[in-house]
Amino acid sequence: MEEKTELNRILATDCGSTTTKAILIEKKGDEYRLVVRGEAPTTVESPFEDVTRGVLNSVKEVEELTGREILDGEKIIYPSKGNRGIDIYVSTSSAGGGLQMMVAGVVKEMTAESAARAALGAGAIVMDIIATNDRRRAHKRIELIRDLRPDMILLSGGIDGGTVSHVVELSETIAAADPRPRFGTGYELPVIFAGNVDAREVVKEALEEKTALSIVDNLRPVLERENLRPARDAIHELFMEHVMAHAPGYKKLMEWTDVPIMPTPGAVGALIQTIAERQNINVMGVDIGGATTDIFSVFDGIFNRTVSANLGMSYSVSNVLTEAGVENVLRWVPFSVGRDDLGNRVRNKMIRPTTVPMSLKELKMEQALAREALRLALKQHKEMAVGLKGVQQERTISDAFEQVATGATLVNMMKLNLIVGSGGALSHAPRRAQAAFMLIDSFQPEGVTGLAVDSIFMMPHLGVLSTVHKKAAMEVFDKDCLIRLGTCIAPTGKAPEGREALEIEMGSEVIKINAGDMVLVPLADGEKVAAVIKPSKYFDMGEGKGKEVEASITGGVVGVIVDCRGRPLELPEDEEKRRENLNRWNKALSIYPEAKEE
Amino acid sequence: MAHAYTPGLKVTTNINLRKERRLPLKGDVIVKIGDRVKGEDIVARTELPGDVETVNLAGKLGVLPDELEQFMKKKEGDPIEEGETIAETSGLFGLFKTVIKSPIKGQVETISNITGQLILRGTPTPVEIDAYMDGRVVDIIENEGVVVESRVTFVQGIFGIGGETRGIIQPIVDSRKEVVVPEMIDESLRGKVLIGGSNVTKEAILKAVNVGAVGLVVGGIDDAVLKDFLGYEIGVAITGNENKGITLIVTEGFGKMDMSPAAFRLLTQHKGDRASINGATQIRAGVLRPEVVVPLSESSTLHKVKDYSKGLGVGETVRIIREPYFGIIGKVIELPPELEIVESESKVRILKVKTEEGSELTIPRANVEIIEE
Repeated sequence: MEEKTELNRILATDCGSTTTKAILIEKKGDEYRLVVRGEAPTTVESPFEDVTRGVLNSVKEVEELTGREILDGEKIIYPSKGNRGIDIYVSTSSAGGGLQMMVAGVVKEMTAESAARAALGAGAIVMDIIATNDRRRAHKRIELIRDLRPDMILLSGGIDGGTVSHVVELSETIAAADPRPRFGTGYELPVIFAGNVDAREVVKEALEEKTALSIVDNLRPVLERENLRPARDAIHELFMEHVMAHAPGYKKLMEWTDVPIMPTPGAVGALIQTIAERQNINVMGVDIGGATTDIFSVFDGIFNRTVSANLGMSYSVSNVLTEAGVENVLRWVPFSVGRDDLGNRVRNKMIRPTTVPMSLKELKMEQALAREALRLALKQHKEMAVGLKGVQQERTISDAFEQVATGATLVNMMKLNLIVGSGGALSHAPRRAQAAFMLIDSFQPEGVTGLAVDSIFMMPHLGVLSTVHKKAAMEVFDKDCLIRLGTCIAPTGKAPEGREALEIEMGSEVIKINAGDMVLVPLADGEKVAAVIKPSKYFDMGEGKGKEVEASITGGVVGVIVDCRGRPLELPEDEEKRRENLNRWNKALSIYPEAKEE
Repeated sequence: MAHAYTPGLKVTTNINLRKERRLPLKGDVIVKIGDRVKGEDIVARTELPGDVETVNLAGKLGVLPDELEQFMKKKEGDPIEEGETIAETSGLFGLFKTVIKSPIKGQVETISNITGQLILRGTPTPVEIDAYMDGRVVDIIENEGVVVESRVTFVQGIFGIGGETRGIIQPIVDSRKEVVVPEMIDESLRGKVLIGGSNVTKEAILKAVNVGAVGLVVGGIDDAVLKDFLGYEIGVAITGNENKGITLIVTEGFGKMDMSPAAFRLLTQHKGDRASINGATQIRAGVLRPEVVVPLSESSTLHKVKDYSKGLGVGETVRIIREPYFGIIGKVIELPPELEIVESESKVRILKVKTEEGSELTIPRANVEIIEE
């Protein structure tokens, strides 16, 4: 999209499932800065049933906090002049449970997987993947489509000039299911066909009457290449036209915004890609919410996103315990808790999801659960963010120079430059060091990795803004959105505790760290220092065991965390030793206030 | 700020309750506005399309998909009996014929001349929906269902399993603090909705199922007991379809928790009355809580329902819903507007409550719920 230049004041909103958040950005001198943020409850459900009410309320809060006049009754004032009006209004939305999709393709590991990547990248939750070789009988697939009631179906399959009959079989399955959308009975389910060009006519025949069918370019035109863009764009378009247009008040909201409303995770993805592109780095973004955890990554220019639909800190917290297992959660807790006690506490959080940890013990347990939610979400991300299977790798982005074994994960923690965390558990942790420590324990970054959190969940707003004005989006992201926690230095390898692990020359300082230890080196936000890191013979900083590396280290509100516990990280099995270690590390990084009793 | 407090569970002596009774897909409504209905009366019915069965017809006949037509004995839309011939090849002089018979009774849905697949649809299953509670039909949702209204005593739970059912209310404990044990349960409780106290053992639940009790309402349940009873762990609080022979409703939460005085008082007062109950719970946007509904006579005096939509006020009765003070009930004495730092160092909006025992506690506002009466 064309970059708009003459923007002095920008209004952006994100309509979440519970809260609508508005931000106001203004040009000050040569740069764009955040002025204020306002919020109000989302009003998609009764008694209001009109999303614009929440939007207006959040904008009114912005008006009150800034003294600017943005609304004339229920109309946005354009353009900006003095204290009045704005120049552009953009919005994202995840209200009503977000976009829920099913995808279908011929071969599970090939076109179906590409279709899933396209849907996820567009910001959807993929409810299920149907493939000719998924070992389900046709009637089971039909039942599944009926029961799940997706908002949209993406059908792919067949490289151009390849199989037609399998694609027809899939469209016949969809037609037989006669899918009904989740909301209302008055509209037809949108289906996107992004498969073999030769199958278009027959797909049309099977689906045109029963669904709202759109046909776009094949997302896997040849085995060696994915072309996900047209499918993703179609998803965004149909999300607006069909799904959102039927949600209460969205028609009005669509008229207000200057660019199409994006699904919230789609906008965050757009932002993460912009960061990676602009700074030429590998980035990972994670958003841990109440119901789901989203992970976005860009490695060597390749973007991937996954949603772990049932890993979250409130609605799904119980599922975190179930999936991780009690032992895995308890290993992060530095005091003794009964299994049953933990079970009851977690289920109580599930049924009363809005409560907050008041005592230190409760906070520590909640952060133990967050570590496991993050760990499991990353595991799923690694499994999904893989190279194309069965072929020499070549993706749409031309700088995908690194050839990995087919189907191998693209996630390489040693090459990762920056992790950005967001969501309550990370953004609102009482101490910033807690957020850093949770990210380190769960993601286990290797080598030198920057750590940051999104201070007030502004990434969606900036993501949608980046589609029209990259400069404004990036400036606000750097200066107002991102809180730089600092840098994690962590070698891979293992050695007995107490053995020499690293020697770091940072400016005039030389720091020696032993295996099994964690050290916090203060380095303020905005400071940068050149460092020479020498691992001992047991450890590797990316160049091989014992090989020295040079790196530029960035400071932050926490500082530089040197983690010599080794990778993969293993906690002692002995209960007492484990607790002793946890308490030692917590103390070294000043994670928690000194406890009165434990 | 959104949700500065949690709206409490409703525990009300006498309100007008409306229930929407809707078919899963369009069908016929068989009552009219003004009709008096019993809970078990059918109000709407329809037919659920039958299951789909696919047959690789071209493959079985050994012909090409586009040749299928000449071998078909049935066409799209035709009804078909199980074992009836769908297609056959003519063979050689009438010999070596390949005959394809229908594996199900139903209808021919599609015959594809591209894939060679035949899709059959089985006989539809009738679906009926009942009124759920005794009351009066006050609205018709055309082709979909009705709205039933009734004067009721209404007690909401926090979590439940099992779906809709009806039975006579029978308290089996003397106090809201008592734990339900097997000794309290016998054959006389068949078809009853049992009212318990603070907790229940697994053995007691199993015995309740065995004697044929239809429901059990308790203050708390241990996570481990629930897991044992269900045979799996609850991951996300979306329930209602468990088929365990009983509908279980928990009013306070997980662990040993005395049933709230108001809920216990109301439920025991209705001993011997018929109740409609539902364990279905959905804790998501558009929350759904389990419930006990006791229809009353239409002439009974309506309880004035207080308006809680404005939120929390000083003097309001609240219950603390998170450790370390879980379950304690008190009155709000102060609602300071400033954020305060609590022990976990979280900066939160707080309130001060005076407990029933007279002590004062400072609690995050998110950790209390209003007791709605």
